Amino acid sequence: MRNFHPIFAVLAALPMTATLTTAHAEDAQPPPSSASISTGALADKAPPVAPSFAGPVQGDAEWSSPGRDSALTRYSTLGDINVSNVKNLRNVFTFSMGVNRGQEAAPLVVGNTLYVVSPYPNTLYALDLTQPGAPLKWRYDPPQDEAAQGVACCDVVNRGATYSDGKLYFNTLDGSTVAVDAATGKEAWRTKLATIQMGETMTMAPLVAKDKVIVGNSGGELGVRGWAIALDKNTGKVVWKAYSTGPDKEVLIGPDFKPHYAQYKGSDLGVGTWPADMWKQGGGTVWGWVSYDPDLNLVYYGTSNPGPWNSSMRPGDNLWTAGIFARDADTGEARWFYQFSPHDMSDYDGVNENILIDLPSASGAARKALVHPDRNGHIYVIDRVTGELLSAEPFHHITSTKGVDLKSGRLVYNEEKQPQPNKFVKDICPAPPGAKDWQPAAFSHKTGHLFLPHNNLCMDLKETEVGYIAGTPYVGAEVLMKAGPGGYRGAFTAWDISAGKALWSIKERFPVWSGALVTDGDVAFYGTMDGWFKAVNANTGEPLWQFKTSSGIIGQPTTWRGPDNKQYIGILSGVGGWSGAIVAGDLDARDGTAALGFVNAMKDLPSVTTKGGTLYVFALP
Amino acid sequence: MSSRFPSLIAICLVVGTAATPVAAREMRVCADPNNLPFSKQDGSGFENKIADIIAQELGATVTYTWFAQRRGFLRNTLNAGVCDVVIGYPRNYQILRSTRPYYRSSYVFVQRADEKPIAGYDDPALRQMQIGVQLIGDDGANTPPVAALAKRGMTANVHGFPVYGDYRTAAPLAPIVDAVSKGTIDVAVVWGPTAGYFAKHEDTPLKLTPILFDSTLLSQPMTFDIAVGVRKTELALSDEIDRALRNRRADINAVLQSYGVPRTDTPNPAPASVVGSMP
Repeated sequence: MRNFHPIFAVLAALPMTATLTTAHAEDAQPPPSSASISTGALADKAPPVAPSFAGPVQGDAEWSSPGRDSALTRYSTLGDINVSNVKNLRNVFTFSMGVNRGQEAAPLVVGNTLYVVSPYPNTLYALDLTQPGAPLKWRYDPPQDEAAQGVACCDVVNRGATYSDGKLYFNTLDGSTVAVDAATGKEAWRTKLATIQMGETMTMAPLVAKDKVIVGNSGGELGVRGWAIALDKNTGKVVWKAYSTGPDKEVLIGPDFKPHYAQYKGSDLGVGTWPADMWKQGGGTVWGWVSYDPDLNLVYYGTSNPGPWNSSMRPGDNLWTAGIFARDADTGEARWFYQFSPHDMSDYDGVNENILIDLPSASGAARKALVHPDRNGHIYVIDRVTGELLSAEPFHHITSTKGVDLKSGRLVYNEEKQPQPNKFVKDICPAPPGAKDWQPAAFSHKTGHLFLPHNNLCMDLKETEVGYIAGTPYVGAEVLMKAGPGGYRGAFTAWDISAGKALWSIKERFPVWSGALVTDGDVAFYGTMDGWFKAVNANTGEPLWQFKTSSGIIGQPTTWRGPDNKQYIGILSGVGGWSGAIVAGDLDARDGTAALGFVNAMKDLPSVTTKGGTLYVFALP
Repeated sequence: MSSRFPSLIAICLVVGTAATPVAAREMRVCADPNNLPFSKQDGSGFENKIADIIAQELGATVTYTWFAQRRGFLRNTLNAGVCDVVIGYPRNYQILRSTRPYYRSSYVFVQRADEKPIAGYDDPALRQMQIGVQLIGDDGANTPPVAALAKRGMTANVHGFPVYGDYRTAAPLAPIVDAVSKGTIDVAVVWGPTAGYFAKHEDTPLKLTPILFDSTLLSQPMTFDIAVGVRKTELALSDEIDRALRNRRADINAVLQSYGVPRTDTPNPAPASVVGSMP
């Protein structure tokens, strides 16, 4: 089935229920870039395939890490639930997460137990799937510093736990990584890594690479310096720590560092691409996804925007922010780096998922690559051995940049749309949360297509207003985010990686802030911020089923085979995160600049959803 | 100590007289527990002293809700209804009702006392100096001095200090002024009250030169009026506090002076005849 290419780009939305008014599939044209420097370098190639290490483990009965495998494909070979019967999906049990804040975690299943972690206070729950109603087996409540809540920039979310060899690993908002015995719920170790008094928190989901747990910090908003850390998974001891800015020895750049492009070659560029010592507060936090190739023994992760967000005091490329590192999993030594947004001016963090894929070649061995949908609006395909850019295609309406020069690897900025003091700019697209924020895409092993939950947001920088923080007055630009062209704020899009274009796209009223899941049953799942959990035909975008949960959905759908041998689908409901802060944080809709201007684009969210925190699990009758 | 950032639930710490009768009036102040010279949980900030003065006039006892003054401060304190007054905020801050301002200050150049004073952002000497500025995080904004320096292309010799500082220390805002005293930088561009207070406490004598405006960047003011803030709807409370500020102007001026706050307004008490004859 690998050569299966859906050719139906156009489809009529099936009339489903009266409430399905804001979402409809339609002509899927990739949004035009104002100038097309990037080209479809992969055009006319066979579709990409999943690498061998991303194959099913135990027939995909389990789902043991948020990305399902270390390639982060979020694909299941289970096909019991398929395009013909998904319409019969029923909710079989629910579980209250005990806290009504943004629920971004992925429910995990290992053996006969479901594990899920809540937002702050980051309670880890274990549910017994062998019993009717999946009763609570144990819970683990990590000790936490309450102050962490006041430090987190964008709601008190947690993006999930991960499982390996009898233990669950997750991060606490106040900056510890913990290991918990999966059978007993007892803490195995806990290592304090981040300092909330300096503005650091931890929200990302760890990834286990062999015997190491890879984690990173959050807090680019507060002038922290980003880092990734590898912990020994048995003891919790720090094995290596790699900063994202500063001298080479602290970034772990040594003789093995062989980047593809000239701008990354030289010594101490993590200092030299910044004025004075600005790199010390330079951001580049590691709050997104980590992937791992066991054959190359390389981990891949993105770094956040440089700090401070306002760029005028940090001329230069601000390495190693807003880009991707490939590092040796054992030593942390950098192998290559690629920067999506040099000298970022628009909060385009580079932390989105790097999904590892192989590109078949007619002439011989497949090319090992990765695909990365970036906040700056481009989908990048990069050689994961060398760091060479293979293609960069726009998937969002873009005005802030003019494309990516494939020869130099550099993003070309549109100077007219850059924020500057004394200058009021309209229609900067994408807005700071980007064309796509943290919400992870899924990659179908079957068709080689990418399933992208994303945004359609632009912003205006308007007149200045007085700000005041820590006893210090200032005047800032008023950031107002708004829907992009078409008037909708989010979409769920199937993307043909080889052709560099959308196959179909479903418009949604709000940003699609949930993760995606795609299965061998040709069904793709995602959730909406107004609370619908949806299943669509992965090949056509045809809506097949939907279920209204109690709150908006920003979680990650997962699937597994239960002890009764049936396939199940799980999702957390509970709106929040940066986009949903207006509901989860009770922000004032009249203050459009709240949540860094996101509230302006989300004023109607409180009229369609309230706070929540519930796990929903579905199965066929 | 984890109580540095007490939660909203655990924060109502009564300061002042104990065990007052049920009918006694409370002035519920929202404040940062660790933000000298402005406020501190032990009452040592100048805003703590001013709160006491206003409360005296109101016949009230001060109670505090402590919360770090960062993004979400007003949302989680004043506008959550758990306290009613913030002692110092820029006038006309959009989500507050401001009283009349009770002082006006400016950004200042802080130098060692024996150095030639900086005349302004266009002083050629500035280009030869190591300059310290405070950086705001991810709010898409800079302090006005940062904008003024960046506009002149002065970035290579500029050192950043996070405006939040290290909250574990006794005075998170102190390091930028300390750096001038120690000679790690030559000049710092700091908001007046912060500069004035820490300069008084340094071993090395320091001098402050006020910056009134940058004629090339008028959108970025260097001076700000500071007022007491209440919720937008609290007209009566704001009027009461206005009267208290006017009646106790001399005492408040004395507090500001004792903390070394550089003023760009005229701190003389208003003549009594003016009070009450306002239209």
